[in-house]
Amino acid sequence: MRLNTETIVEKALLLVALSALMSLLLIAVFIFKEGVPFMVKVGPGAFLFSSEWEPQNGLYGIFPMIIASIWVTLGAMLVGAPLGIAGAVFLNEFVPRGVMRVVKPAIELLAGIPSVVYGFIGVMVLAPLIRAHLGGPGLSVLAAAVILGVMILPTVMSIATDAINAVPNSYREGALALGATRWQAVHMVVVKAARSGIIAGVILGMGRAIGETMAVIMVAGNAVRAPGSPLDSVRTLTANIALEMGYASGMHRQALFATGIVLFLFIMVLNSIAMAAMRTRAGGR
Amino acid sequence: MNDAQAKLTVRGLKVFFGQFLALRGVTMDIAANEVLGIIGPAGSSKTTFLRALNRLNELTPGTRVEGTVLLDGEDIYHPACDPVMLRKRAGMLFALPVPLPMSIYDNIVYGVRLCGVRTRARLDELVEQSLKAAFLWDEVKDRLRTSALRLSGGQQQRLCLARVLAMEPELILLDEPCSGLDPISTARIEEALTALKARYTIILVTNNTKQAARVADRTAFFLMGELIEYGPTNQLFTTPHDSRTDDYVTGRFG
Repeated sequence: MRLNTETIVEKALLLVALSALMSLLLIAVFIFKEGVPFMVKVGPGAFLFSSEWEPQNGLYGIFPMIIASIWVTLGAMLVGAPLGIAGAVFLNEFVPRGVMRVVKPAIELLAGIPSVVYGFIGVMVLAPLIRAHLGGPGLSVLAAAVILGVMILPTVMSIATDAINAVPNSYREGALALGATRWQAVHMVVVKAARSGIIAGVILGMGRAIGETMAVIMVAGNAVRAPGSPLDSVRTLTANIALEMGYASGMHRQALFATGIVLFLFIMVLNSIAMAAMRTRAGGR
Repeated sequence: MNDAQAKLTVRGLKVFFGQFLALRGVTMDIAANEVLGIIGPAGSSKTTFLRALNRLNELTPGTRVEGTVLLDGEDIYHPACDPVMLRKRAGMLFALPVPLPMSIYDNIVYGVRLCGVRTRARLDELVEQSLKAAFLWDEVKDRLRTSALRLSGGQQQRLCLARVLAMEPELILLDEPCSGLDPISTARIEEALTALKARYTIILVTNNTKQAARVADRTAFFLMGELIEYGPTNQLFTTPHDSRTDDYVTGRFG
């Protein structure tokens, strides 16, 4: 009798676990089925490396959007990574535990704010500021990078915090007992020991940034052209799909699926790097 | 022993963790170039005493210290005393070896570099000297650039000793340095300690009474945060003044 319950629970759990895997597989199959024939028809060169995006005229070059996505993501990383890492180091090493117990969940709450709210703040506050002080349209790579940088902060910070937390206390004491100051012990020993976890956090944050859509549509300006400066208005891969899917049909629709493939590959690569970095931490001792 | 000779003068040293009185007023003198063994059952605050001597207890929030500790006549708890400078003079070896996550070479020069020594030749020389003094040189001289984490436990502990020696401290504090080691590694560490006595003052906390008997010139017996008695090792083990010491060294409890 008990054996039966065991088996049923086991099988049910297996099914649940598999369903997650299945949905990933189905998503992949779905976008590849729609997108790959298109890529073959247009040719990967004309699709990936041409700058002309005029679906109505049969021109489907997404190069400017690839560049825009890369710029925005790297920009977000430049904003989010230093803040996230510095915040994690500070919370772990320089403030009493009690403060950390309050501040860390507060920062993790940032992850719960809907992205449309971030976009709203970007449009109402950040873009006018940039327009007034730095020139350009305001809705720009810079605005998107800053907004995304704040959005990925919780990801970077909570993974970096866990990594730093996992550094054995004996490392700190060992360094301090050798006459290191607090800061020397932290940056030469603790951060070094937590390095792979911190890198993993940053890369997962990049994965979030490249996939973010709503906030980016609102603040990046959506002009289809490769940016020449951080103040230029750009359209990212995600924005392109979201903006045009509503009315696209035929080849145009397939082109958007193919854009999805490119995005999919970007995120797979970033996640694999993050996973590899985490594995180094686990197995590198 | 009079105060003028003492390397370390401890007077009424008490350590509190929050409300808990961990060390109940220790008074003792430690002479230069002696090996002082500290024995006592677990939880008798041997380690707390040791960590009070390089102010490592301060890292635990809520710690309070009373009494005085004079190193060469200087009060180490005086507000003007910089704990970072103090820890350079009082090197410490922990129960578990803590090689830092870097190469053997970098481990040894870590502390020295912090003190501002940068010349390549000087660093090389220090690495060789201290590894030899810790009886590790022959085993690692061909792989100084490989990760220290790959050494065996005994080698790691000797690496940590070499790292302390490279700092040229005056005092070496050892917190059960052999608790995780096999008899052969233990013998090598003890051999190193005996050789090092000529140049350093060594305080050795150990759970192994036999080790104290082998290495220490004088031995102190701690029980429940109190210093019960201390004296020449031979005398402490054969004719202790206190019956509790007698019970402990003869193995009747603890």
